[in-house]
Amino acid sequence: MARALVNIPKTARRGDVIEIRTLISHEMETGYRPGPNGVLLPRDIITRFTCTYNGVEVFSAELFPAMSANPYLVFTTVASESGTIALTWTGDNGFSQTETATIEVA
Amino acid sequence: MLVSLSRREVLLAGSAASFVLAVPALASPEEMNEAIRRFTSGAETKAGRVRLDLPPLVENGNAAPLAILVESPMTEADHVRRIAVFNERNPQPNVITAHLGPRSGRASLSTRIRLANSQRITAVAEMSDGSFWSGTADVIVTLAACIEGA
Repeated sequence: MARALVNIPKTARRGDVIEIRTLISHEMETGYRPGPNGVLLPRDIITRFTCTYNGVEVFSAELFPAMSANPYLVFTTVASESGTIALTWTGDNGFSQTETATIEVA
Repeated sequence: MLVSLSRREVLLAGSAASFVLAVPALASPEEMNEAIRRFTSGAETKAGRVRLDLPPLVENGNAAPLAILVESPMTEADHVRRIAVFNERNPQPNVITAHLGPRSGRASLSTRIRLANSQRITAVAEMSDGSFWSGTADVIVTLAACIEGA
């Protein structure tokens, strides 16, 4: 399990635009970098990120090796209803991790 | 069969091989334009509406902060569908492709990217009416990413 930091407001007013900040610890090995023995290290990156709000996808992204290690992503969504926001990272070598947060919308 | 190589030939072959290992082929501006054409399916890209914020001088190419803001009301009728970031001189032209919608509220995105060289970064946004808009930023990099062992 990689360490993930997720910053989502716990409460919001209906219709507010909330900012979701995420960071997950991951090497994001590009596949272009030589290892200690001079042989290129195989690519190992997170290729996809999705954010669902009560099961509906509100944001997603395809990531490429040009993303920094420990990918950091900030995006926004409209606080439409109380519920669960789920963030999923998937990538090479079967990497998959999901973090969830609950939001109270008044 | 005996192959005889002179000392000079062996040294030459060795240095050529290590050069290939150390420097993977970098993308070119043409490859970036090709990647943008694939993203837009050949549609015309107009300059404007996309603000790309990147520090003009980056000391560490391993993590350069990048922020994109697209002018759009983000309503059901008029919103940004996708935002993609492209580079000229990393080994691959793509950086990130983000999918947004009216539920995004604001067409903004921040992240950190790798830069292998001083270059021009281009962000292209696809609107819900099918038009494409782009913004660019020039960046000077003092410590390159991607290629050197960190």
